[in-house]
Amino acid sequence: MSKKIIPVGPYHPLQEEPEFFQLHVDGERVVDIDIIIGYNHRGIEKLCEMRTFDQVVFVVERICGICSISHPSASVNCIEDCARVTAPLRAQYIRMIIAELERIHSHMLWLGLAGHFIGYNTVFMWAWKYREIVLDIFERITGNRQSYAMFKPGGIRRDIKKEEVPKIINELGELERSLEMFRGAVLDDPVLHARLKGVGILTREDVITFSAVGPTARASGVAIDVRKDDPYFAYDKVDFDMIVTENGDVFDKVIVRVLEMFESVRIIKQGLTGMPDGPYDTPLKDMPPGEGVGRAEAPRGEVYHYLRSDGSNTPARYKVRAPSFMNVATNAVSAVGQSIADATLTLAAVDPCYCCTERMQAVDYKTRKKVYNWSDLVRLSQEKTQQLKKKF
Amino acid sequence: MSFLKKALTKSPWVFHLSTGSCNNCDIEIIDCLTPRFDVERFGVMLVGSIRHADIILITGSMNKKSVKRVKVLYEQAPRPCAVVACGTCSCGGHFFRDSYNTDTPVSKTIPVDVYIPGCPPKPEALIAGIVKALGKLDEKRKNR
Repeated sequence: MSKKIIPVGPYHPLQEEPEFFQLHVDGERVVDIDIIIGYNHRGIEKLCEMRTFDQVVFVVERICGICSISHPSASVNCIEDCARVTAPLRAQYIRMIIAELERIHSHMLWLGLAGHFIGYNTVFMWAWKYREIVLDIFERITGNRQSYAMFKPGGIRRDIKKEEVPKIINELGELERSLEMFRGAVLDDPVLHARLKGVGILTREDVITFSAVGPTARASGVAIDVRKDDPYFAYDKVDFDMIVTENGDVFDKVIVRVLEMFESVRIIKQGLTGMPDGPYDTPLKDMPPGEGVGRAEAPRGEVYHYLRSDGSNTPARYKVRAPSFMNVATNAVSAVGQSIADATLTLAAVDPCYCCTERMQAVDYKTRKKVYNWSDLVRLSQEKTQQLKKKF
Repeated sequence: MSFLKKALTKSPWVFHLSTGSCNNCDIEIIDCLTPRFDVERFGVMLVGSIRHADIILITGSMNKKSVKRVKVLYEQAPRPCAVVACGTCSCGGHFFRDSYNTDTPVSKTIPVDVYIPGCPPKPEALIAGIVKALGKLDEKRKNR
């Protein structure tokens, strides 16, 4: 039987972002997959080079709305690394609290969408209903439901008031109760077991080959988490567990995310009670020439920012590496061999984030035509690896 | 309750089109449909195909790769249809107006009827914008 191609995208009801999958199918079975991206590239890195260091944090916040604090986290780490400045401890605690609140809202969002993908809209509505609790906390302490503009190099913009703390802890209790209900209702459901177990398996070897990160890697038994491996903010001062499971299927990815939300609640509670008094901002005087590197654990995995400064008030080079870039590529192994119905779920299981991913586009200067497509870039990258291998 | 009356007399079907956004507006649009706001009570429904849509919700800063596709999609929409630009990016370009890969604002590519500024606009603002678009739809229907 000849191969048929099923196009999914770029504008389709499945996900809210534009992306284009071509599923090569043989009957019901997916034999190959092409991932075509580029509908979301906005030239963020170049825009960062036109902005001052204070403004860069706002720009990277607009890379992605779901992880709208992970990119600023990596960014402030990176700018502070370059400027040799450390933010006060209170600022570090508040940053950690905001980052963990965001992890809960992001995982909730994904769980809801995953429920929607398998036609289980009850889960979708539940997850998004309980997510509002987190958004309310955000609105109170930062002033916005998303894009909080909370971080700045050297500290944070707004303090959490003392009288807010018991209110937040109270609401977290409410959240925990709904999470508990959620865990019972979702994870004991036989339909979900049948639908998710053994689907889209990603082995430990594949994770290492594709350099996958975050919950995608942790669900396959690779214990990797920047919060534990290279603690930033105040993560070394709180007690939490890294959730690692072994099977690597979609069900395990769900479990990792659900359990991580409980860990996040634990971290936030410890942060709110252990937060020291004091200043929450140190002024950033000047920026010496040099390099800076910042890492942060986003809900989807490690975010990595690199900065080169030439001593002026704007970066000379700004580089962003987002986790979905590696995680999306794993679809090439996990979706192949599945039925079409399972493929969509598998594609969504890495929690892809295309606004984070799209960093690069090559344009021929003379003809103004785009010369590299996705496969060209992959080929280029592979050739370079081969060259380096020969060299060493 | 003029809003209720308006919404119940004609249930608008909306189509959501992301032209290179950061997800914020897209999440808030979906948030309108979930229990807290639940605009489906008023008949506002998110549809999967633009051929069923009365209102197009555009988000994002109009990436150059999207321009061609957005034009095609706009041509496919049934008439009359109202276009709503959600968020600062699609209204005026935000800071993406300086970018080499965007063609901001959205109104350069297709005509826009209602603008909802904000980064991201709150669900309340989105609902208010959709109600305004209903008025525009009425006008368009009369002028036909």
